Amino acid sequence: MLDTNLKHIDSADAWQQFISENENTMICCGRMGPMCIPVYAAMEDLEGEYEHVKFADMEFDHPEAHVIRNAPEARGFMGLPFTMYYKNGKVVKATSSIQSEEQIREILDAEFAK
Amino acid sequence: MYTEHFDVIVIGGGPAGLAAGIYLSRSKLSTLVLNSGTVGGQLILTHEIANYPGVESTSGYSLARTMKKQATSFGAKIKTIKGIEEMDLKSDMKRIRISDEQEYTAHAVILAPGGNPRTLGVEGETEFKGRGVSYCATCDGEFFTDKEIVVVGGGNSALEEAVSLSKFASKITLLHQFDHFQAFQHAVEEVKQNEKINIRLEHVIESFYGEESLKGVKIKNLKTGEVEDFATDGAFIFIGYVPNTEFLQGCFPLNDRGEIPVDANMNTEVKGVFAAGDCIAKKYRQVTMAVGEATAAALSAAEYVHNLKQDKKQ
Ligand SMILES: Cc1cc2nc3c(=O)[nH]c(=O)nc-3n(C[C@H](O)[C@H](O)[C@H](O)COP(=O)(O)OP(=O)(O)OC[C@H]3O[C@@H](n4cnc5c(N)ncnc54)[C@H](O)[C@@H]3O)c2cc1C
Repeated sequence: MLDTNLKHIDSADAWQQFISENENTMICCGRMGPMCIPVYAAMEDLEGEYEHVKFADMEFDHPEAHVIRNAPEARGFMGLPFTMYYKNGKVVKATSSIQSEEQIREILDAEFAK
Repeated sequence: MYTEHFDVIVIGGGPAGLAAGIYLSRSKLSTLVLNSGTVGGQLILTHEIANYPGVESTSGYSLARTMKKQATSFGAKIKTIKGIEEMDLKSDMKRIRISDEQEYTAHAVILAPGGNPRTLGVEGETEFKGRGVSYCATCDGEFFTDKEIVVVGGGNSALEEAVSLSKFASKITLLHQFDHFQAFQHAVEEVKQNEKINIRLEHVIESFYGEESLKGVKIKNLKTGEVEDFATDGAFIFIGYVPNTEFLQGCFPLNDRGEIPVDANMNTEVKGVFAAGDCIAKKYRQVTMAVGEATAAALSAAEYVHNLKQDKKQ
């Protein structure tokens, strides 16, 4: 289990339910490493501000995290974390490696405009 | 324009800024900590902190959370900002404008903006970050199992990381701009003895290229000026550290490395402005040091503000 205050996704079923039951979602799939932690921290910061987006994390090494690890949108990714943004269950944006709070904010504003 | 006044403003919310926030607010001084990025700074990047006295072992993330909680519980206000638009640190009343609508004033300012790993700043670097370009061997090394990679840098971290990446990669080309390494001799020896590592001194990367992921780099030989297309699956960059003081360039005294010179009590050359943490001119950069320097900076600032208020009363 990742040591964050975010909702943890712990199976492929829970992932499917999360992205289909919520219109706008962001899931960060990583470990507790220096490239991933700033992304979780930014998500925790932004959670209160972006109430129309649901935020979650998933352990990169969980066997069922293949739903993110092997997603077509993550092809060519070679840096943790893999971060996916879904609208109505479909990937609208995916990033690899560390992103700043500013960069995440830009994606949220562009993809999930109110 | 909305102006709010505080006794002291701290710029930066890493361990130094948070420690200053704790000390200042416990001294009953109204304190504002302005932070861009994530509160905790570089501390949150550290998976395990095992060298912080009194705490057996913890994650940097959770230590930062506790420091933040302590600072706010004593009354410090922490505000996340995009950046500073304008400031006047030289007048007696310090002024910091963060947007067209909001500015802050204070009797004293503590500068604690920390630092960041240096990037090469060449074409394609940002585009291929996470798609071949990496700054963390422990995070991304395994994606390069049996692949050929380059490592850039000539200090201790570059050499140590090159050796650690040799557990994954099939071949490593170590590029360094100078004709000798800046690392400890034992680290240089270890690299030289590693059969997977091929050293190229006086070479720099001019650009990164590829499609979905990195395919190669253009390498320049600084001695001959020759530029070569070099096929590679990955590039790890460890070229040191840069203080976050660009916002002070031209308007505040900095040394030639962009660091803030301070005296033993963390006074800068400007009256009423103090500095602490990774942004100051010093040799070692550790959390314990940042916290210790911030303690001195906060106590100096508290004394300065106290004297200022006394003078005004008389
Ligand atoms: C991967 C890694 C591992 C480390 N491991 C250890 C370890 O095990 N033990 C140890 O003791 N040390 C370790 N360190 C070093 C330690 O993290 C730093 O020495 C310490 O965080 C410095 O604290 P600081 O507050 O000065 O700066 P920082 O931690 O850099 O914090 C500065 C803060 O100020 C913000 N800021 C920057 N500019 C502005 C601005 N203009 N306005 C407002 N805010 C601004 C930044 O975004 C940041 O939040 C490690 C560092 C790294 C990168």
